[in-house]
Amino acid sequence: MLEIKNLHARIGEKEILRGVNLVVPDGEIHAIMGPNGAGKSTLSYVLSGRDGYEVTEGEAIYNGQNVLEMEPEVRAAAGIFLAFQYPVELTGVGNANFLRTALNAIRRKRGEAELDAVAFLKLARAAAKTLQMKEDFLKRNVNVGFSGGEKKRNEMLQMALLQPGLAILDETDSGLDIDALKIVAEGVNALRSPKFSALVITHYQRLLDHIVPDVVHVLAGGRIVRSGSKELALELEAHGYAGLEAA
Amino acid sequence: MPGWKPLEMTALPTRKLEAWRYTDLRALSAMSFGEVPNPPAPVLPDLALPRLVFLNGVSSENLSSAVPYARGFEAVAEPSAEPLALINAAHAQQGITLEIPAGVDAGTVLLISQAGGTVPFAFHPRHRITLGAGARLTIIEIAKGDGVYWHNPVTDIVLQDGAKLEHVRLQDESREAFNLSTIRAEIAENAAYEHFTATIGAKLSRTEIHAALLGTNALVHLNAAQLLTGTQHGDFTSVIAHKAPNCASRQTVKSVLAEKARGVFQGRIEVARVAQKTDGYQMNQALLLSPDAEMDIKPELEIFADDVKCSHGATIGALDNEQVFYLRSRGIPEAEARSMLIRAFLEEALEPVAQADAKALLEAEIETWWVKQ
Repeated sequence: MLEIKNLHARIGEKEILRGVNLVVPDGEIHAIMGPNGAGKSTLSYVLSGRDGYEVTEGEAIYNGQNVLEMEPEVRAAAGIFLAFQYPVELTGVGNANFLRTALNAIRRKRGEAELDAVAFLKLARAAAKTLQMKEDFLKRNVNVGFSGGEKKRNEMLQMALLQPGLAILDETDSGLDIDALKIVAEGVNALRSPKFSALVITHYQRLLDHIVPDVVHVLAGGRIVRSGSKELALELEAHGYAGLEAA
Repeated sequence: MPGWKPLEMTALPTRKLEAWRYTDLRALSAMSFGEVPNPPAPVLPDLALPRLVFLNGVSSENLSSAVPYARGFEAVAEPSAEPLALINAAHAQQGITLEIPAGVDAGTVLLISQAGGTVPFAFHPRHRITLGAGARLTIIEIAKGDGVYWHNPVTDIVLQDGAKLEHVRLQDESREAFNLSTIRAEIAENAAYEHFTATIGAKLSRTEIHAALLGTNALVHLNAAQLLTGTQHGDFTSVIAHKAPNCASRQTVKSVLAEKARGVFQGRIEVARVAQKTDGYQMNQALLLSPDAEMDIKPELEIFADDVKCSHGATIGALDNEQVFYLRSRGIPEAEARSMLIRAFLEEALEPVAQADAKALLEAEIETWWVKQ
């Protein structure tokens, strides 16, 4: 379970998050919607431990631990996975090598045996096939020369291999056509289980047709201003965010 | 030669010389060297390859294997007025002479220098490698050691028509040592010299290569990676002379500098009037891991032919924090993440290294370099 309590965070002098309160029980998928500049990406980066954000107040407890005090790699091993809005290109790093290094680093931290190259490739090929990715995906440099859709699929491949307990999808739907969108949704849906939860951050409702959330929250002005069932997303789609920011 | 100092023999070059502007040998000039001590217990690489082993510059019969076409040291008159080569010529008593006959593929040979002792000493090997027409050879040269010493090797290479030499060097000398290596290669028609140097060790080092492309369609690859930290100084200097038409030269030199390390790259390409259709490429890139690290880059192009393609580029940058975070967010610890990105940065320079043992050796050194810091 993820429990965010009165989270305040800023970049430099600018306060972005101003008291976020949010509970995501295991097994549930929560969507976070909101206008541009509401703090959606900041929330995902603060939870995953990126530099440059200063938490001034509050905490984020995941499975009993305050993740805000952990290094990013420790958070990953604890089961937190951030699917990037803009996945980073790594020229000179082969995708298979990257995936295997990540998977084995996490397995080590979890006290599991590392996978050798053969066992890893078998696993990775199967996961890539499920995501309808070509074999050469594993041979290419990480995200280099990938289309927007391929980058997002690569994020889903990483998620499928690393098997997180909590996935944070930061506008994973941006720039995706409908086929890619469905593949991303299938990637998330495939992980659904009583032990898996997800925070799906999105600007638009359409991703939520495919990843059906248990709860929809509206983040505006650095706070959760409204929470509701999945119908809230439809309402927002019809009427926009006007009026919510002032709430 | 007990107690001699290099200055007494021939003056070491000073920074007043343009070619030595960025590498200061005063610390070496100030030293006195004693008699070469008894060799240390060798730590040899676990590679099943024929090997020529030198301990403190002296050929070890016991540790070397039978290498076909190899002979011992043969004195020759030094043809140049280069100070380091002259000092080498004055003192050289050891080295290999390898003459591969025309048409023979001589496989891979290890050339190992292991040094160590409790008092400062110097050694000046002189190697000669000649490949007859169409001959092939790979040399993996490894220099390691402990303590204070000066290793001043000169290697002369002659490649006849269509010969191909792959020369892979790992300089992992003692962090208190000096390594000043001079390599000269003459490359005939259709011949290829493929060079890679990894500079990891020594307090101060310079690899100076002079490659002359003497016949049409000759090729030279001079690639290097320098991984330096502390107050290490590493200099990679090359002079490529295009003296015939239709030749190609390729250079990718990458430096990774941590703490107060200093890297130097000087790359001169000379294209003679006759050398039409020359295809020259030179890329120099440095990754500075600390604000105190320094890189000096001096590319020089001197082109007298009118139909040539010569490009060069230089960049200096830092590790990308976004990339580091991306890797860490996937569970990869910070040191390992940085190591992966350093390896990725070096990829373009390493890529042409073809011999599998050489590649594995270099990969292992690079992978552990940052983590060991």
